[in-house]
Amino acid sequence: MASNDHLQSWLDKDYEHGFSTQIETDSFEPGLNEDIIRRLSEIKQEPAFMLEWRLKAFEFWKTMEHPEWSTATFPKIDYQKLSYYSAPKNLKDGPKSLDEVDPELLKTYAKLGIPLREQEMLAGVAVDAVFDSVSVATTFKAKLREYGVIFCSMSEALREHPELVQKYLGTVVPFRDNFYACLNSAVFSDGSFVYIPPGVRCPMELSTYFRINALSTGQFERTLIIADKNSYVSYLEGCTAPMRDENQLHAAVVELVALEGAQIKYSTVQNWYPGDAQGRGGIYNFVTKRGICKEKGAKISWTQIETGSAITWKYPSVILLGDNTVGEFYSVAVTNHYQQADTGTKMIHLGKNTSSTIISKGISAGRSRNVYRGLVRVAPTAKNARNFTQCDSLLMGSSCSALTYPTIDVRHSAAQIEHEATTSKISDEQLFYCLQRGIEQEDAVSMIVNGFCKQVLKELPMEFAVEATKLLGISLEGAVG
Amino acid sequence: MLKVNKLHAKIGEQEILKGISLNIGAGEVHAIMGPNGSGKSTFSKVLAGHTDYEVTQGSVMFNGEDLLTLTPSERAQKGLFLSFQYPVEIPGVTNINFLKAAVNAVRKAQGKMSLDAIDFLSYIRQKCAQVSMDEGFLYRSINEGFSGGEKKRNEMVQLLALEPTLAILDETDSGLDIDALKTIAEGVNQMRSPERSMIVVTHYQRLLNYIQPDFVHVLANGRIIKSGDKSLALELEKKGYGWLESLEKA
Repeated sequence: MASNDHLQSWLDKDYEHGFSTQIETDSFEPGLNEDIIRRLSEIKQEPAFMLEWRLKAFEFWKTMEHPEWSTATFPKIDYQKLSYYSAPKNLKDGPKSLDEVDPELLKTYAKLGIPLREQEMLAGVAVDAVFDSVSVATTFKAKLREYGVIFCSMSEALREHPELVQKYLGTVVPFRDNFYACLNSAVFSDGSFVYIPPGVRCPMELSTYFRINALSTGQFERTLIIADKNSYVSYLEGCTAPMRDENQLHAAVVELVALEGAQIKYSTVQNWYPGDAQGRGGIYNFVTKRGICKEKGAKISWTQIETGSAITWKYPSVILLGDNTVGEFYSVAVTNHYQQADTGTKMIHLGKNTSSTIISKGISAGRSRNVYRGLVRVAPTAKNARNFTQCDSLLMGSSCSALTYPTIDVRHSAAQIEHEATTSKISDEQLFYCLQRGIEQEDAVSMIVNGFCKQVLKELPMEFAVEATKLLGISLEGAVG
Repeated sequence: MLKVNKLHAKIGEQEILKGISLNIGAGEVHAIMGPNGSGKSTFSKVLAGHTDYEVTQGSVMFNGEDLLTLTPSERAQKGLFLSFQYPVEIPGVTNINFLKAAVNAVRKAQGKMSLDAIDFLSYIRQKCAQVSMDEGFLYRSINEGFSGGEKKRNEMVQLLALEPTLAILDETDSGLDIDALKTIAEGVNQMRSPERSMIVVTHYQRLLNYIQPDFVHVLANGRIIKSGDKSLALELEKKGYGWLESLEKA
């Protein structure tokens, strides 16, 4: 007995020691200063311009105040307490097997029909097996190279294609843009980089999902997508399954650049941990996403399904600079329990004959708060600009709220702007109708909600749409009844 | 098939059903008539398990099972069907998806294989034809922008598709012109079989010209005050509900 105890304490000690060593080598100590940024840039072997840019951003960030205009409420974040670099996914700290994973999470995976191996990966279980998808990703990369498409991590792009990064990074979202974008510019850890050469139609949907298997991107993600003249790309971000994540604050920046006649379709399914039913825990998702239709005939389309995070704060926007350019925003935002979502878009019409479409569907349940915040601006230069906006809110129960803040700013007399908005409740009569036909309650709720979101769901790529449909049902489980 | 014994039900604090007793045998068609506010629709909804109503006393046995302990979905899966007086609209959900989900939910509960998309399509096309419903309706959202007649016809398609053992038709004739009424009655008559019972709830006698009931019950103030055969409906038509109300007081 005694010797056993002894052994145990020795083992514990060794573990403690090993753990702290690991922090020294794999992660930075908490804190944010110039030195940290220099070390970060050095570890990543970045070109000099990058470090310079980061430092400029940091200097500016120090002069900025935290934005207070949002209706979202959360405790103040101490940025000196965060660590700004940690090595790719430390599996050792994760659960050892699926037995240690929250059974609720596993139930969700089962409902989404996710294979066991992927479940292990998503839940962060330490497994030695090489995932099939990693080799799939490699095969994909080879095929993309044939077309001249560059799809890699931002770190790799900074090493291999610094001229492209330098030319476009920060041109859509300058580091001065806002508090979190500025912080991101100073300390971004990694992200995706895509370049589609002129005239190329990217032969497959590009998905971060494949890349994430190989590399954890961390909390300050930076994505840059450039579609050169007359090219096309469809990019899928995220994953329908909730992922284990240690970081509470996520402040990503996504920039899209569409040159003449190019099209970018960007689809997101955001399903970070929303916190529990009592509103404890959950991710703060403060994202800046913006695209520019830089030259004539370009088109950018955002589609998002937002069901996760405790707080979501994002407005994927399009700057319609070129003539005859098109911007689209299709959004479903679901909030349940104590979630807060403040999301919408900005369509900035600068060029002639530019048009934009906004379809926003907000679904609130529990004690959540769901805000649509949008801006349509038509500049004096934007002759014949057109916008159509539709904002629909669906309330489930009586303790949630849905708010709409549309701003329309038109400076040209030939603009055509339409705005429609509805708020409805999922009615007991609709539900009873479905139940009376033998359909189970969960399926009925999911069916009604999916019907409500149909205009947006049909914009999603096929394989995403199927999972997103299931996901909506799962996110609202128990919301009616 | 259905045994209702001294059923009392209330909505909020207001008692609406005040002791209804009714026995329905297999294959029988019972008409329930009565003036507005007599409790006809409440009776239908209570049988289907609508949560707005609370059963305070009495029992309902359905094929030997205590109906009141079952959830609304379970009642439907066990063969109880309610054709709604005012069918709701469900935007964005196509009829065909809804029908398929319903038919397969019921089949699953009954231990049958679910129908795949192709089998289901041929199955449902045939049902549409039976009530002269244009096939295009299958791809429209449930009842959205439907005329009154289309909504009722849609209820009939669902009835035909789900093949219940007990069909409750709540004011199916309201808002229908005579041609639509005939079409729907034809659909219902095709459904009549020795295994299938029906409750036809109606304010007017007119529907009963086309769907001939075996029994007629008159409901007033939450109670059945008179039962008889189909001649009762004719008598009622002639004398009006006032006649019965005086009868009730007597």
